[in-house]
Amino acid sequence: MSLKIIVLAKQVPDTRNVGKDAMKADGTVNRAALPAIFNPEDLNALEQALRLKDAYPGTRVTLLTMGPGRAAEIIREGLYRGADGGYLLTDRAFAGADTLATSYALSMAIRKIKDYDLIICGRQAIDGDTAQVGPQVAEKSGLSQITYAEAIQKVENGRIWVKRRLERGVEIVETALPVVLTVNGSAPECRPRNAKYVQKYKHAKTLTERQEAGSSYAQLFSSRPYLNLQEWSAADVNAEVAQCGLSGSPTKVKKIENVVFQAKESKTLEPTDSAIDELMKELIMNHTIG
Amino acid sequence: MDSIFVYCETEDGIVADVSLELLTKGRELATRLKCKLEAVAIGHPLETVGSQVFPYGVDVLHLFGDARLSPYTSLPHAAVLVKLFREEKPQIALMGATSIGRDLGPRVSSALGSGLTADCTSLEIGEHEEKKENKVYKNLLYQIRPAFGGNIVATIINPECRPQMATVREGVMKKEILDATCQGEIKQYDVSGYVSDTDFVVSVIDRQVEKSKTNIKGAPIIVAGGYGVGSKENFQLLHELAAVIGGEVGGSRAAVDAGFTEHERQIGQTGLTVRPKLYIACGISGQIQHIAGMQESSIIISVNNDANAPINSIADYVVTGTVEDVLPKMIKYYKKNTK
Repeated sequence: MSLKIIVLAKQVPDTRNVGKDAMKADGTVNRAALPAIFNPEDLNALEQALRLKDAYPGTRVTLLTMGPGRAAEIIREGLYRGADGGYLLTDRAFAGADTLATSYALSMAIRKIKDYDLIICGRQAIDGDTAQVGPQVAEKSGLSQITYAEAIQKVENGRIWVKRRLERGVEIVETALPVVLTVNGSAPECRPRNAKYVQKYKHAKTLTERQEAGSSYAQLFSSRPYLNLQEWSAADVNAEVAQCGLSGSPTKVKKIENVVFQAKESKTLEPTDSAIDELMKELIMNHTIG
Repeated sequence: MDSIFVYCETEDGIVADVSLELLTKGRELATRLKCKLEAVAIGHPLETVGSQVFPYGVDVLHLFGDARLSPYTSLPHAAVLVKLFREEKPQIALMGATSIGRDLGPRVSSALGSGLTADCTSLEIGEHEEKKENKVYKNLLYQIRPAFGGNIVATIINPECRPQMATVREGVMKKEILDATCQGEIKQYDVSGYVSDTDFVVSVIDRQVEKSKTNIKGAPIIVAGGYGVGSKENFQLLHELAAVIGGEVGGSRAAVDAGFTEHERQIGQTGLTVRPKLYIACGISGQIQHIAGMQESSIIISVNNDANAPINSIADYVVTGTVEDVLPKMIKYYKKNTK
């Protein structure tokens, strides 16, 4: 049994390193000013797909990502780890999309890919932490969903068994394929790049990137078709522009503020016996403790 | 029409704290907007849900009782809410930012084409002027949430679409009974009119959910440790201090990631939000994400050998020293002074 798996992956700004110019005046993210990484939980998702590929030879893992041209990097990162191909969904019309408009665009691309058994993505992306795109893609694709997945236990006769990690426990669920799975950060980490695949795919490029690279590579791309990464616009996936990007987003950002905490006047103590004796006396006296 | 709806999670017939917290907030918003507060419970058993939620000022309770709807699965619960919301046309719909609410909310919002904001830390009512269209929207729900890893706070609105949907994490809102004698109307539904057999595609084969071992959220004193505590062994000191002064132990995300303490003790934006009387932060540097979960503590003591740790700026007392040195002294002098 072989499977056809679509992995949804997002290139995200590394929110652990945010500078001052991270936000634009309109409240949307200035992605250009931040280091871009493969969304961590999408890597957990990719690993689940690659494990199925290990278990069921002939399985094909395809990445689908939406973003600016440089998000093609995500597809290459996936190929370096064992994925078989990928699509970049890129169009100015997608800019400023909230989760609903994003899900719409992704679901239209999924509709175009058409032939799949399983869609896997990370539970949430670190730039928004919303966890909404997975379930919304499922709804728009008319599929069921299993969120908070930690491990795929088995796939058999068109059915899948999944362990979910909840706040205070675990759940084992079973359902029919196709289904959308969102994978938790508690799932196994993604395998590293494989040197063999890095060699094979390092020149993999989208059409835009090929044009930028000039004619010197033209021969290479025609002799090795797997180096051609598919690039789709809104029109390519038959997406209505009104449902994409800012115009397709019911939520609007009204205001953005930097986080400022109220500083207090603090008392600084040395860790001496007498100072701590005094501190504990004070806390007991004013009924904070005891 | 135009009510505020709260989706109430239940486990063995008991309404989740996060739902009661949302009812408290919902009541406040409903009074402000002069509309009804309505609650929805889906599952089994639901017999005592009414007596649990009415004290919070619920005007109407919608009950969808059916053994097949418990435990929770996505499609049947989504089908109920989508149809109910189409019939009732609420202006606002709230649910907990739990593994249930964050599974259900986006599915419902997608089906209704309405906006949803996840993990709000504050909900307010306000207006919005769309200058380009010369249009003013009154009484919108301001959905306020941290974004970008907690580095900014964004106010999100849904000017056109209804319901305005939001999820809120457990512990972020306060739970407060309005009046223990409050009564409301109960509407019982025939589930078969809302859910079709084909919605039951996912079956739960096994489920092991533990009752929470800790009571960090309600604890008046919290002793919390960060990466600076250094080891799981040193974390034992925090447990000793907490036991002596009658508190609970919490941890920062870094401490949880390092394996010093359990996930359910995590305090901060992706963990619990707490507001104890006393918060003793041990070896916690004070990442924005952590401070977001504890800044409302009445008194904060920071024990840190780095005098410039960011958390010190919001602390009432800063003890410049190591956990190994300071905590045993705190235990010693607490015991001495309470004898």
